[in-house]
Amino acid sequence: MRDLLSVIQPLIPRLRRYARSMAGDAATADDLVQDCLERAVRGWPKRRPDGDARAWVFAILHNLAVNRLRQAARRGVHVALEGSADPALASPPAQEDALRHADLLRALDTLPLDQRSVLLLVSVEGLSYEQAARVLDIPIGTVMSRLSRARQKLLLALDADQSLPCSRRVK
Amino acid sequence: MNAARPVTQEDLHAYLDDELDAERRGEVEARLREDAGAAALVRAFAEQRDLLRAAFDPVAEEVVPPRLLAVLAAPKRSMPWRAMAASVALLAAGAGAGWVGRGVLAPPETGVAAIAREALTSFATYGTDPARPVEIKAADRADLLRWLSRRLGQPVSAPDLAASGYRFLGGRLVATPHGPAGMFMYDDASGARLVMLVRPVKTEREAPVAELAEGALAGVSWAQDGLGYGLVGPATAKALHPLADEVRRQGRPAPAAVKG
Repeated sequence: MRDLLSVIQPLIPRLRRYARSMAGDAATADDLVQDCLERAVRGWPKRRPDGDARAWVFAILHNLAVNRLRQAARRGVHVALEGSADPALASPPAQEDALRHADLLRALDTLPLDQRSVLLLVSVEGLSYEQAARVLDIPIGTVMSRLSRARQKLLLALDADQSLPCSRRVK
Repeated sequence: MNAARPVTQEDLHAYLDDELDAERRGEVEARLREDAGAAALVRAFAEQRDLLRAAFDPVAEEVVPPRLLAVLAAPKRSMPWRAMAASVALLAAGAGAGWVGRGVLAPPETGVAAIAREALTSFATYGTDPARPVEIKAADRADLLRWLSRRLGQPVSAPDLAASGYRFLGGRLVATPHGPAGMFMYDDASGARLVMLVRPVKTEREAPVAELAEGALAGVSWAQDGLGYGLVGPATAKALHPLADEVRRQGRPAPAAVKG
């Protein structure tokens, strides 16, 4: 039997990264990860033993994050990422990078949750389209169309910002 | 023969994300060579991906907060036995060594069984630390060995396990119920870590290799020439035996090698 510890524990840094990129601030993100791990421990015996454990545990985290963000949005709490002293960043970026990061995070925040999650799972977490589809419980075709829209939209949002060195006109 | 298939925006993303089969990738590459606009778009998406990674990758390098590790290490009592058995493995290790049921707060054992437990505790604390598993890195091996030899009151060496596929990462001094111990850490090509603990033993100056195994972790411990050794890693005890043999074969350093 594959052991819960040996499978889940090495994933914690990545779970924290995904939670932080979705939720913004570190404390909220780690609360989500803790909740996720507790559910993973409880659900471990019931999961499909031949399944993809990484997709399984990311799905738990994703659903918790989306619920949390939607609740916050309903209550009118802005959990977006703002300012150059951004709590989403692990460490204060170097001065010249601060603006760039802040712009990136602000642009990311303009994406709808369903596009943002696909983008982060594929681009940052490096999940395959198939794994992302399993995490989000959507068809692969939907992963591809959301990813395409997310990247295009992020590109335009960044392109509108003159401070980004990667700015370019998209034909 | 499918050269006429149009290249869509989604194909460009699938190309970037390495999701295309070889034939389709060739078609997309052909298109990119001809279409400067499409090529620029792929470059822009690649830059965007790099920006996102640069922004969030540092999070994955942070030390994992203990409260998160504790969720896996100390499940609630109401859990199904199977999940509990799996997740307490790290702390309860070693049915074969008679450890199950003692709990982590049980009085310390003596002899080589105690060393295996201490190695396990060190593995749980330092072996899982992504950012700073060791205090003194391999590059400062001589400093590390001088320090440990002085604190343990006798010369110790860090075995070379490179021939077995384990790279020496470094080490530190750790506290045990039986006094200070030296901890050495190694990892293999897949990143799997191995912890070796060494400290003086008084009662059994020589003891054969004993093993313990539970869940994802296994350990072997023994005593040789007045020093006790514990080797723990996410492997089977059987897989650790050749490593233990290698450590035993290398034995103690010549005193001169430590002083230098």
